Amino acid sequence: MKILIIGGGMGGTILANNLARRLKHEIKHGKAHITMLSASDQHMYQPGLLYVCVGRMAPDELYREQASLLEPEIEFHVDPVEEFHLDQNSVKTKSGKTYDYDALVISTGSRAAPEAVPGLAEHSVNCYTEQNALEMWRQVKNFKGGKVGIVVGVPHKCPMIPLEVTFVLHDYFKEKGIADQVEFHYTYPIGRLHSLEPVGKWAEGEFANMGINTTTLFNMKEVDGSGKVVHSEEGETVEYDLLISVPPHRGMEVIEKNGLGANGFIPTDRHSLKMEGQDNVYVIGDTTNLPISKAGSTAHFEAEALAENLAALVKLGEPVRDYDGKVFCFIEAGKDRATYAMFDYGHPPAPKAPNKAVHWFKMAYNQLYWASARGLL
Amino acid sequence: MSERKIIDARGTYCPGPLMELIAGIKQIEVGDELEVLSTDEGSANDIPEWVNKVGHELVGTTQEGDVWHVVVRKAK
Repeated sequence: MKILIIGGGMGGTILANNLARRLKHEIKHGKAHITMLSASDQHMYQPGLLYVCVGRMAPDELYREQASLLEPEIEFHVDPVEEFHLDQNSVKTKSGKTYDYDALVISTGSRAAPEAVPGLAEHSVNCYTEQNALEMWRQVKNFKGGKVGIVVGVPHKCPMIPLEVTFVLHDYFKEKGIADQVEFHYTYPIGRLHSLEPVGKWAEGEFANMGINTTTLFNMKEVDGSGKVVHSEEGETVEYDLLISVPPHRGMEVIEKNGLGANGFIPTDRHSLKMEGQDNVYVIGDTTNLPISKAGSTAHFEAEALAENLAALVKLGEPVRDYDGKVFCFIEAGKDRATYAMFDYGHPPAPKAPNKAVHWFKMAYNQLYWASARGLL
Repeated sequence: MSERKIIDARGTYCPGPLMELIAGIKQIEVGDELEVLSTDEGSANDIPEWVNKVGHELVGTTQEGDVWHVVVRKAK
């Protein structure tokens, strides 16, 4: 059985490594073959960009060679896919090669799209790419005081980022001794401070203690850079001197160009993770259209479930389990406190009060990530 | 003839049925409808609040078992 994995991010990497271990015997005897195609030879630990934004981590700490993370049985090529021919069980890559498969997994991820809101790309900073995180750090470092606006588009990667970036920046300015000269204005698209109601309630108390102003039901319409004001779809405005954005996200262009899904998100069955209408095409991570978190954690648990099922297909001829919607998110609540949210399709989250122990576990996880990507954790 | 798309957000807690609606409504044409399926009771309150504030039209809310069906028409 030829398994072809498109994308070398968190989901694709965990899946490939987990599968390679489960199918070691079959690969050795030519009964299974795993190929990964990625657009890059580097793997980035994306959550680390939050620390780059406040000067607590350098970008080069976030990268590893992708090939170094993969089990030796996996055939790996840096050769991005340009055409999907699902009716022929094959894909065509940038180099002109054609790869065929018995089972295809699409794990191409998502990207911030600030250009979707007029003025947002030009007048705000965000923490979604190395370049943007460094620009945020430059502006944060040079900020002498004034109004900090935080604006949030949907859908977006990592549901905790709007809160985390607020907490982390607040602590940064406090440590710098200018907190009394900084006025935070946090906005959120729906009628509370976070989409998860227990997290939103918890944030209310935290923000009240920190003196952070909030406006809910605020969806960005456009940013007026000359007037330094953000207008919302709901008719309200937020003034800023420093504008921090969580831009709306889109899937990758190759998905849209091949007509696999609107805005680059592929219609996916929430339990089997099969692409709708296809029997041998699977989708994991941010690439799905599932209404659950776009987060590395989601990709991680989806990859584990799918690895078990694909290995079972090879060994038993049928899958053995459903993905249950499991997600686990750390929430950094400042420079030295954190909490977490854990939930699945059947159980809502119930975050506890933040403490130092969870923060230090998150610090440890920043390194443990590489073991996680190798499929060991 | 307006179209109706369905957002199946049953059993999900994050990013939340309303956020799915907000993302979805940007992708449809004025006059088209979105039907959100949610098992989250809060959505039955959240969605009308947002629709009213933004100025879209709430076509109706019905409950079948533990699933709420909230239909919204894009008005602008």
